Amino acid sequence: MSAISVNGLTKKFNGNVAVKEVNFEVKPGTIFGFLGPNGAGKTTTINILCTLMGADAGSASVNGYDCSKEPDDVRRSIGIVFQDPTLDKDLTAYENLLYHAYLYRVPKPVRRRTVEDAIRFIGLYERKDDLIKTYSGGMKRRLEVARALVHQPKVLFLDEPTLGLDPQSRAGLWTYIRRLPETMDMTIFMTTHYMEEAEVCDDICIIDHGSIIAKGAPSELKSMLGGDVVYLIADDNKKALGMIRDLLDIEAEIKGDEIVFPTKKSDTCIPEIIRTLGDSVRSIRLQRPTLNDVFLKITGREIRSEHADSGDQLRENIRAYRRRSDRQ
Amino acid sequence: MIDSNVIRVIILREVKKFVREKSRLISSIARPVIWLFLVGGGLSRLVPDQGGVSYIQFIYPGIIGMTVLFSSIFSAISIIWDKEFGYMKEILVAPVSRSSIVLGKALSGTIVSMIQVFMILLLSPFLGISLDLFQVAEVLLIAFMLSFCLCNIGILIAVFYDSFESFSVIMNFIVMPMFFLSGAMYPVNKLPAVLSWLARVNPLTYGIDGLKNVIFPLSGGSVSDFPVGTDLVIIVLTSAIFITLSTLLFRTRLK
Ligand SMILES: Nc1ncnc2c1ncn2[C@@H]1O[C@H](COP(=O)(O)OP(=O)(O)OP(=O)(O)O)[C@@H](O)[C@H]1O
Ligand SMILES: [Mg+2]
Repeated sequence: MSAISVNGLTKKFNGNVAVKEVNFEVKPGTIFGFLGPNGAGKTTTINILCTLMGADAGSASVNGYDCSKEPDDVRRSIGIVFQDPTLDKDLTAYENLLYHAYLYRVPKPVRRRTVEDAIRFIGLYERKDDLIKTYSGGMKRRLEVARALVHQPKVLFLDEPTLGLDPQSRAGLWTYIRRLPETMDMTIFMTTHYMEEAEVCDDICIIDHGSIIAKGAPSELKSMLGGDVVYLIADDNKKALGMIRDLLDIEAEIKGDEIVFPTKKSDTCIPEIIRTLGDSVRSIRLQRPTLNDVFLKITGREIRSEHADSGDQLRENIRAYRRRSDRQ
Repeated sequence: MIDSNVIRVIILREVKKFVREKSRLISSIARPVIWLFLVGGGLSRLVPDQGGVSYIQFIYPGIIGMTVLFSSIFSAISIIWDKEFGYMKEILVAPVSRSSIVLGKALSGTIVSMIQVFMILLLSPFLGISLDLFQVAEVLLIAFMLSFCLCNIGILIAVFYDSFESFSVIMNFIVMPMFFLSGAMYPVNKLPAVLSWLARVNPLTYGIDGLKNVIFPLSGGSVSDFPVGTDLVIIVLTSAIFITLSTLLFRTRLK
């Protein structure tokens, strides 16, 4: 049985389609990445899966329970970290988690211990009786993850868990998250638009404008791009180009002042080229494809474009502002 | 279906936050003191006694009613804050019945009101009002029912609004008119016809009138406007209507 199963899921807001006939399955015990740019429909899909929103068409089930017909069973079996913060800032970390334990009926004998263990696990035990107001953004995010785990859900939803965190906190959170499927026998459904974070996923769906445009394991998706790309500069590029073509029998070309060619066997071809071209090689570099390149290849644009349109930019700013003001 | 777990969480949370937030605690005591002694004390000199009750004493039940009104509406519309700051999602995504969330909110608001009513009761000796234990119990009971009723009205309002900006709208167009058209400051039967009619559809009127009846049992109806039985029946009926409405609306609007 799939941990999550989604069929023909569609959701409209005032006539605008946010999610369009989406299908996917998530295998139990895996980390599933739901990737896409701003406004792609990731949060909307999560809201439907966690029963906070009804779909307009199609069906979704989590742990075998139908999201619209058996919402209470779904709710009991999931944990979620929402995209926007949901801690009560006027309560302490301990209180936030304790109330969560009450809400999910964690039995009395283990309640306190479970909560304390969860706080200790994320390294905030010394601060457990401080108000959330006094926590940093990264501490709050970690606490939200810990809270979602207090009732030991079978499926954990993480909606951009690292948004707004510095690289160090992001890395810390990921080492913690990626252990969960094994240590707690859990399935993880996560969204992100940091493509490099999606490398930890077993499977990925890329969604754009509400539709799924690619599916597969990260390595599969990247292999669509025809392997790594080698960039080379020689004393005489023209001459080198001919030699490389003869040597490797591949489509190399000159772009700007560099020779560029894709290869599936980058590890062995580089020494071979250097042996053949000898001293005339001035520089050589290799670029492994990223999931960003996959997105670029499929849609023709960057997932996080430098020139984000003003709407997206505004939303990002508001979110950043909220997180900041939240922190005060 | 009643989930005691969610009711307990909501009550614990609201009461803890109320006690912890000193400014709210202090202003909840300061407001009635200011009204009683500055407004009531001043107007006592202009307004003649009624049936042996001075003006400052006359508004005492009204000030209890005002405190219950502000406190209940405040507590209930914290739902708007919870929506804005996200905590509502934490509650909604948990396996708890929606009607219990509404009941928990209404009860927690009522408990917070009762703490404040208790403190105002401590002021009564300073106003020359002596209450026996039975009267104190009656005041607490009526305040409890009134607060529960007003909390549900507040929840009904809060379900419709999503942002802070609505706060001043609620204060200016709902809370203040409710207060002034309640018989808190002047007897309802002395109001002009239209206003008197408005006061009669205001549940706060009956709560305050009930309080007047039990606080001044000897005034023989010269202070209150309705018999205490009428007051109680109307509060209970309005509570029943509003908890039904607020639950139904909460279910449909917040899923
Ligand atoms: N409550 C709502 N009312 C109206 N439109 C909405 C609502 N929620 C989402 N939308 C719209 O649906 C689309 C998908 O939004 P969604 O929040 O699912 O995107 P997302 O993939 O999570 O984006 P992000 O990366 O910015 O979080 C957007 O166009 C958004 O404007
Ligand atoms: Mg989102």
